[in-house]
Amino acid sequence: MEPILFIVFGAIAVGGAIMVVTRRHPMSSALFLILTLFAVAALFVLRQAHFLAAIQVIVYAGAVVVLFIFVIMLINVPENKLPLERLTGFRFLGIMVAGLFILEAALVARRFATPGTPTADSGSVEAVGRALFTDYLLAFEVTSVLLLAAVIGAIALAKKRI
Amino acid sequence: MMDPSAYLLLSGILFGIGVAGVVVRKNVLIILMSVEIMLNAVNVAFIAVGSHLGDVTGSVFAFMVMTVAAAEAAVGLAILIAIFRLKETIDITELSVLKW
Repeated sequence: MEPILFIVFGAIAVGGAIMVVTRRHPMSSALFLILTLFAVAALFVLRQAHFLAAIQVIVYAGAVVVLFIFVIMLINVPENKLPLERLTGFRFLGIMVAGLFILEAALVARRFATPGTPTADSGSVEAVGRALFTDYLLAFEVTSVLLLAAVIGAIALAKKRI
Repeated sequence: MMDPSAYLLLSGILFGIGVAGVVVRKNVLIILMSVEIMLNAVNVAFIAVGSHLGDVTGSVFAFMVMTVAAAEAAVGLAILIAIFRLKETIDITELSVLKW
């Protein structure tokens, strides 16, 4: 069952990602980004990472993309003022570099076949929570400082006069 | 459970699409979304290898990546709003005051 679901959701994720980078209007890109993020969340469920799948939907699709959509609507660039994008030589070179990267990743991924010991609860809420509050407690607490800095920084940058 | 190599390949493809978006597009909003796709591709690799090895560390690292991605999106969009207020454009080729 897993291979079929992997192919379905992997194809949705890749197709959505291609649509994100090729759409002209950022609003279409944002909606396709939601599609990609949901497909990736489904892949997380396939790998038994239930906690991360829930966080993916809540934080990414529910908060980050909404933030993007807020900003798109706030600055509201009219259709004819969007940057004109043509495929010049340098841009074609950029696409070639990205293709080369995918090829390299394929070569490396093909060699990854170390024997593993899969356990069912390596990504469950209980296992991740236990790890976060014991082994990675310091990193978890420092994360809160990072988020506080991001909040203050975002307000300081976007506010007209503090 | 499947071998993680297929997931790593998918992760590489998503990351490559993100790289192409950052390199090719001119619209700052779409460049930021491409960065989000790249961070998500890394998370796919973390989760695939983590569950393959039966280790919870993969999930913990993916959690940290998500935190950084959320902070990056918030600060990046705030910078974008500040720049738009000043220059009335989201074309990255016109934002070249720091370029020598």
